[in-house]
Amino acid sequence: MNASFPLPSQASAADPFKPSRRSVVGGLGALVLGVALPQGARAQNAAAGIKPGTRVSAFLEIRPDSTVLFRSPFIEGGQGVFTAMAQIVGEELDVEPTRFVIEGAPPGPDYLLLGGARFTGGSMSVRKSYDTMRRLGASARSMLMQAAATQWKVPVATLSTEPGRVLHKASGRSLAYGALAKAAAALPVPTQVSLRASADFRWIGKSVPRLDVRDKATGKTQYAIDLKVEGMVHAAVQHGSRLGLDPAAIANEAEVRAMPGVQSIHRLPGAVAVVATSWWRARRAVEALQVTWAASPSASVRVMPADFSSEAHRAALAAATGEGIAAETAGDVAASLTGARTVVEATYDAPYLAHGQLEPPSAIARFNADGRLELWLPNQAPEMFQADAAKVAGLTPDKVILHSPVLGGFFGRHFLYQAAAPYTQAILLAKAVGRPVKVIWSREEEFLRDALRPLSVARFKAGLDADGLPVALQAVAIGEGPVGRWFGRAADKADDSAVEGIAGKPYAIPHRRIAQLPVDDPAIIGFWRSVGHSMNDYFYETFFDEMADAGKQDPFALRLRLLGDSPRHKTLLQAVGDLSGGWRRGPFSAADGSRRARGVAMASPFGSEVATIAEVSLNGGDIVVHDVWVAIDPGSIVNPAVIEAQVQSAVALGLSSALFEEVVYENGVPRARNYDSYPILPPDRMPKVHVRIVESGAPMGGIGEPGLPGVPPAVANAVAALTGKRIRSLPLSKTDLKGMAG
Amino acid sequence: MELTINGTKHRVDVEPDTPLLWVLRDELGLTGTKYGCGVAQCGACTVMIDGQATRSCVTPVESVTGAAITTIEAVEADPVGRKVVEAWVAHQVPQCGYCQSGQVMAATALLKQMPQPSDADISGAMLNLCRCGTYNAIAAAVRDAARS
Repeated sequence: MNASFPLPSQASAADPFKPSRRSVVGGLGALVLGVALPQGARAQNAAAGIKPGTRVSAFLEIRPDSTVLFRSPFIEGGQGVFTAMAQIVGEELDVEPTRFVIEGAPPGPDYLLLGGARFTGGSMSVRKSYDTMRRLGASARSMLMQAAATQWKVPVATLSTEPGRVLHKASGRSLAYGALAKAAAALPVPTQVSLRASADFRWIGKSVPRLDVRDKATGKTQYAIDLKVEGMVHAAVQHGSRLGLDPAAIANEAEVRAMPGVQSIHRLPGAVAVVATSWWRARRAVEALQVTWAASPSASVRVMPADFSSEAHRAALAAATGEGIAAETAGDVAASLTGARTVVEATYDAPYLAHGQLEPPSAIARFNADGRLELWLPNQAPEMFQADAAKVAGLTPDKVILHSPVLGGFFGRHFLYQAAAPYTQAILLAKAVGRPVKVIWSREEEFLRDALRPLSVARFKAGLDADGLPVALQAVAIGEGPVGRWFGRAADKADDSAVEGIAGKPYAIPHRRIAQLPVDDPAIIGFWRSVGHSMNDYFYETFFDEMADAGKQDPFALRLRLLGDSPRHKTLLQAVGDLSGGWRRGPFSAADGSRRARGVAMASPFGSEVATIAEVSLNGGDIVVHDVWVAIDPGSIVNPAVIEAQVQSAVALGLSSALFEEVVYENGVPRARNYDSYPILPPDRMPKVHVRIVESGAPMGGIGEPGLPGVPPAVANAVAALTGKRIRSLPLSKTDLKGMAG
Repeated sequence: MELTINGTKHRVDVEPDTPLLWVLRDELGLTGTKYGCGVAQCGACTVMIDGQATRSCVTPVESVTGAAITTIEAVEADPVGRKVVEAWVAHQVPQCGYCQSGQVMAATALLKQMPQPSDADISGAMLNLCRCGTYNAIAAAVRDAARS
């Protein structure tokens, strides 16, 4: 049977943006709207071999008023993916992007567009689904035209469309999509469709306004933390200070139970919880609990050692010996280093980082009368959370309905990490109290349980020839990458997420060996915007300037020279030079009398190419970043305004990490538990950002992350040019620059 | 306890030291005002108290019983607030959007007190954190709203 659109769908009945009475109360309203695309049907479809991204009905619902509900496989968290989906699908469907209403798709086989899986990350959403989404829009348009042809009894070839309507020009007749949707829905999805010529694009490639800005500027957008379901109670938690501790005794349970609004007190794995009539009451009560903690008997829990410190871990990485597992080799690096005129060596490090997304984690869990579990939670990977929630609840995944609201920032925060999200607690509490429960983590609990960007150390050794040109480069990235942690690591293979940004560089250095020396990280590590690139391009591109200095080369000119074989990279580097008014390293005097210098860096993250220049001065001992110029080549583009906004955003986060951010652990616990002790970039430290988009025509690359990796090295290189001091450890603010020339 | 929020009186039954933020969110369902840090660091919870930008996460509700409280839900009822929202849309300011209620309220309070702020006035008043780094767009939108 052909599924059809409009489809009685789970998404429309339980719209995560509007958790109205009817959507969250079981029974009649839900029945009328058909809550749940029948999971049985899903299983049948899976069994029938659904090809992800082809079943129009799973994605599109054309409403009677011709607006289009689109279920996005990718979750919006500020990166503009909903708007991009409306542009891409709308272009082929022939519907204005403004006519789209978009929500995160429920779990299901139709949405597994990333090699049979689904997540929102790796800057993959648009580039990996672009062709599929165009065909989907074109298929729906074809079905609408076929429906009109049948109704008018004319050949489909005589029909055309204008936005939202099918036209029969010969007779002057036309019908709105909304009037054809039902008949179109009964038709089979065409196996072949033709796509618009790119020269005829009206929305793809244009700065189409984002669909979500007005609601976000007026407080109407609802994030997971804002949602409410009928009969819900509120819960707050106090975690054990370290992973691997369970609550043993509570000294003042009776007193806390008597506090205002408190309904119940619970012992959970790794935490205690209070359920109360409001979250504030729950929080106040849970923080009043005097808990004795004891080692968890559960073998499945990762244990944070009581003596763990980030400084000791950094020292252990720096002291680790060995060549590591090669990720990239060329020529004979050992022989070339032996024969080099000059050898340059340096060791770099970068700290743990917190995500610091402004929306604290939350989860709502409700057991429905039919035995199914319904969840609302911020996530980047619906099927993975569904599967894990099912395990926690003792259900099969098809009995778990998962809603994926828009995210109040993510930057990698909302993948599935052990113990790093509150949904497990919400499920256990909902089961215990027999009512829907919403758990919110306070900012302090969030800093305690975030999955961190790993701490890493990189060792470099380079050989220069008699002309001062690099001929050999040996680099070892020491530590653990998040891909290996969460998706498994082969013993004989380097983890890409640990070496990316040191491996995969475009420079023609003939003898190279880039390796990972794996050392397990005791912390819960995760993906952080631009992942390994977030630190590795800092290591490499800063060391590049050390090579340039040792060989008495200008760093910009040396890059240009070593990019000789790659017109794409050369063009990009020249573009950023032009954008900045022509390369000059400095130091030089600016119009305001300050002494300034510039640094340059390149990066090749997530299928895009980026060249970055930063201009800095010193104010007292503080680094002031005045301007950042970014040339980005994502091959081809969908929305230049969104790209510019994402580059602005990536520059801010990259600069924040370069200047300030560092998660410090002592005695197994993080020192910072809020923004007062974990400073993030404030408004008055934001530089001017200048963006140039270069469309080389290469395969489409990512946008959300690529603007970040070039920023820390460009700033560090500028600081070195200004002060003569080469800073090899982030954040830069750790290094005392008071009294330096500047 | 009686509160005047967006021109309407509400009776709430809460402990007097409950932060205004949680009264708005949990008791009254006004979820446009956001919880970010709870310690007046980020500004996501900014509302106007008698026209003054105030961080509601550290404002005991008992301290504002006689005051006019304005939240993001009513921002467009204010002509200055409406101008700010239009500037936010024109500059496409929000990304994830979570901090933007607070940013819009801070900008509205600034422009109500100081219709023609200098750049220094803007950076002195717009202190809220934005993890998406929309700071340049925010400053441009405030300048534009002041001009319009």
